[in-house]
Amino acid sequence: MAVCIAVIAKENYPLYIRSVPVQNELKFHYTVHTSLDVVEEKISAVGKAMADQRELYLGLLYPTEDYKVYPSHMIIVYYTPVCIFFLLIENILLYRHTRYGYVTNSKVKFVIVVDSSNTSLRDNEIRSMFRKLHNSFTDVMCNPFYNPGDTIQSKAFDSMVSAMMVQAS
Amino acid sequence: MADEALFQFLHNEVIQYIYKSSEHGEMENGRCITKLENMGFRVGQGLIERFTKDTARFKDELDVMKFICKDFWTCVFKKQIDNLRTNHQGIYVLQDNKFRLLTQLSAGKQYLEHAPKVRKHNGGKLTCQALFIPGQLSPHEWFSLPLSLQYLAFTCGLVRGGLSNLGVKSIVTAEVSVMPACKFQVMIQKM
Repeated sequence: MAVCIAVIAKENYPLYIRSVPVQNELKFHYTVHTSLDVVEEKISAVGKAMADQRELYLGLLYPTEDYKVYPSHMIIVYYTPVCIFFLLIENILLYRHTRYGYVTNSKVKFVIVVDSSNTSLRDNEIRSMFRKLHNSFTDVMCNPFYNPGDTIQSKAFDSMVSAMMVQAS
Repeated sequence: MADEALFQFLHNEVIQYIYKSSEHGEMENGRCITKLENMGFRVGQGLIERFTKDTARFKDELDVMKFICKDFWTCVFKKQIDNLRTNHQGIYVLQDNKFRLLTQLSAGKQYLEHAPKVRKHNGGKLTCQALFIPGQLSPHEWFSLPLSLQYLAFTCGLVRGGLSNLGVKSIVTAEVSVMPACKFQVMIQKM
């Protein structure tokens, strides 16, 4: 179950970003932006090494990274002895996010951020999510009313992405 | 399969329509070929997205050109390019000895020897290189263009659009020596 899905154009600007916990949207934007560097690294590495890895799927971009959510009152009481109690709460609120990348032959990048605090998704499930994304993106591209380079505003694409996102609590 | 004939008919009608709409007082210099080429460009972008969905990543430019010659041409015209030549410095010549969109035109010279004015631009060889520069041709010259070049503009755009979506900027021109054989020249622009 994805937490954030992003489609990034050849020139590295976002064509489509959507994340589920809407209040932390900016953090996801930053996350996706930083993962672009890793994507570029992977693409150029394949070119130099002339490896057989010519797949479009890039796999795990980062080792699992911690991402903490701070409720606002914690910052004030941080240095009191009571902070130990709050640190416990902090651990419960810890989310672990993993990022996966995929680059098409037309240099359009897809990044999926997944919340792996519950069951970890198998590689095949991630691959199938990317395949569905690529298929919908191809359909958007072939739409004669869509100009390549615009943000994606297709309802069909939106509904496909919603089906992949986790249900907001 | 009926689908080939459908596209050929549509293509012919599009050319007729653009040719006619330029007659009715619009007098755009050579813009009709540009219109056809731009149509081909957008179609090429969408087609490439669909065709490269499951193919492996391309290693280099030559790989991209080979894909255009084999898979792309097969998907669009049901045959491959017969000859690919390059000077390894960014110029590729794709030769098709029996171009699908020209087979319905008569194989004689009547459609080639129609334009002495065009020949003046290129020193005897009929190419449509001059046509992509707006303002180069007057409306009278446009009307006397060999019909075969009008039929190639869409395909030039198709190739250019496909290459641009794969990250290769180029200029594509076409040349007809003997119908229905034609050559597409691709000049890669290094940015």
